[in-house]
Amino acid sequence: MSDKKKPINPHTYKFDTLSLHAGYQPHKNAGSRQVPIYQTTSYLFDDVDHAAALFNLERGGHIYSRISNPTVGVLEERVASLEGGTAALATSSGMAAIFLTVMTLCEAGDHLVVSSQLYGGTVNLFRLTLPKFGIKTTFVKPRDTEGFKKAIQKNTKGIFGELVGNPGNELMNMPEIANIAHDAGIPLIVDATYQTPYLCKPFEHGADIVVHSLTKWMAGHGSSMAGILVEGGKFDWMQNDKFPTMTKPYEGYHGLSFAEEFGPTAFTMKARAEGMRDFGPCLSPQNAWNVLQGIETLSVRMKKHCSNAEEMVKYLLAHESVAWVSHPSVPDHPDHELAKKLLPNGRGSMIAFGIKGGKDAGVAFINNVKLSSHLANVGDTRTLVIHPASGTHSQMDEATLKFAGLSHDMIRLSVGIEDINDIKNDFEIGFRAAKKPRLVSNQ
Amino acid sequence: MKFKVDNNEVFASTGGRPFDKNKPLIIFVHGSGLTHMTWVLQTRYFAFHGYSVLALDLPGHGLSSGESLKSIEEMSDWLSKVIDAVGYKEASLVGHSQGCLVTIECASKYSNKIKTLSLIGGAGAIPMNPELLSLAENNDPKAVDLMMDWAHGPAGHFGGHPVPGLYHINTGTMLAKTRTIKNTLGVDFRACDNYKNGFEAAKKIKIPTLSILATDDKMCPVKEGKKLADLIEGSQVDIIDNCGHMMLLEEADRVLAVLKKFITSKYPPKEIKK
Repeated sequence: MSDKKKPINPHTYKFDTLSLHAGYQPHKNAGSRQVPIYQTTSYLFDDVDHAAALFNLERGGHIYSRISNPTVGVLEERVASLEGGTAALATSSGMAAIFLTVMTLCEAGDHLVVSSQLYGGTVNLFRLTLPKFGIKTTFVKPRDTEGFKKAIQKNTKGIFGELVGNPGNELMNMPEIANIAHDAGIPLIVDATYQTPYLCKPFEHGADIVVHSLTKWMAGHGSSMAGILVEGGKFDWMQNDKFPTMTKPYEGYHGLSFAEEFGPTAFTMKARAEGMRDFGPCLSPQNAWNVLQGIETLSVRMKKHCSNAEEMVKYLLAHESVAWVSHPSVPDHPDHELAKKLLPNGRGSMIAFGIKGGKDAGVAFINNVKLSSHLANVGDTRTLVIHPASGTHSQMDEATLKFAGLSHDMIRLSVGIEDINDIKNDFEIGFRAAKKPRLVSNQ
Repeated sequence: MKFKVDNNEVFASTGGRPFDKNKPLIIFVHGSGLTHMTWVLQTRYFAFHGYSVLALDLPGHGLSSGESLKSIEEMSDWLSKVIDAVGYKEASLVGHSQGCLVTIECASKYSNKIKTLSLIGGAGAIPMNPELLSLAENNDPKAVDLMMDWAHGPAGHFGGHPVPGLYHINTGTMLAKTRTIKNTLGVDFRACDNYKNGFEAAKKIKIPTLSILATDDKMCPVKEGKKLADLIEGSQVDIIDNCGHMMLLEEADRVLAVLKKFITSKYPPKEIKK
């Protein structure tokens, strides 16, 4: 036997355990093994002093379910733990999480630098809606790392992007763009919906705030809308004078400075105390509970999503009806090497491919697949397909479509966890129909 | 607020209220490698209920400038100077972990200045695991991971933070990484390890003293906390079940309730007559 002393190691819980347990203590909930659904709007105060202390952030606790709810709180802690974040705030949808993040960060007159390859709804938020609040955006193509630097202005308050862009699968070079943001004294905000913390933890690569649509892979079941913003806790809001609403006394809470009082959780505290109070895009406890059911099996599902996606990539690459395939697992994908670094556990289950025959062929394909569902969602356990130019991104004009990297022959595929041969057989039906778009239809 | 001690700028949270010299003063002293932010669920309450509050960042920690002080004795002298620097003649002290060593030493040495002493997760001595000490002094982030592991009770490892949405271990980790680990945690751990005067200092303390201990505290176990409390005349002890060393966050409401009862009875929030 060696007499060498065994090194001491921390025994904090690991990812799969946290997926099942984080954020919840049964002994404080009547011993209930499952997280209870606190279907209530409001919470009794012990006395007037207790009420005042809760309203004034002197004590932790719940006041009104628009601001916080115990079931939703478990979800928030669970996602924060999985991401390696300090705190999280769940919202009614992913879009609500993005909006709340921007409104917590920015004021009228501020500017953001944003990746051009985003979900169509997010593009519209930055391009059309936020300017109405006096917040302007410069879009930069996700691979144009230097472009992010050039686009930063004096009034820029952050960089935002999807790590893997929707729907073209272009990657942002997150570590380099994080350095650019930090050199400018601003945070990097990453939408990591496509990855979930199982595939990538953006905080480990320099992100400061992560947003998710929990509706997608995190929940997996396609039954419930939900979103979340998660705070990494490293960003120093006091390093410059760009974020006065974080660092200066805030009238809404008797002169509270969020950065001074709450440090690594300051952004989430402000987003809840101000954003949830004033905008109110809260998550229902039932939907929070539904999402928690999905998260319990996150790693199991993500492994199957990724293995099925890689099988589908091989199938599509070899198919005579397919013009091109975009997925970071493909060796000639421009971001293949970056994806290996940022997504070591799998490259995700979103595939974009071009169908020979253009838009008409795409429409025929979509109209004729039977197992695959044609709908405006991704990350369901079931396989989903859509033609972005006529669906999710249809509100974009031609120039914006082109800038966002969309083509009329593109089909977006969210690979489910069905038997892989059943998915391939279903696609054969679609491809056969696509060869004769005028003769075959499901009408 | 910021003020100067020994020509270095000191940061202290005033609990979200302007510092008011007409109110009795409570000073909160954080544990090894941490900052004033560990106290947020106690300080704001006292600040809005008749007290002036200073949750300090020790020199070289958090938002305070200067270098970390290398011994508990130096920290206790510095703490006495803090009271002078803000224009007070007396204060009530609350310490957590290493902060207990600092406040015990201060209360024994400057007995005329200190009105009450509240020790949270305290012991008369805090000898460090040699490997943990070495990791911290060598700037290894594993030191923080180990500290967070040992500092949280089994329940705290799962979460269940009193403030909705906050996750205990990751928040603590970020607090401990606010500054360079070897310059904060490394120096603090060495200071704790070297300090041998805790039990002797305790014997000299004659002011009202409260010890809050937790059944699952691995860093300052109940047995050690009681040993210290037994040496302080008339000391009160409160023990929290199913909780670890970070009781001021893990069981923030309980800690606040016990502190409130103790401090408001022994050092009431009345206007100070100048």
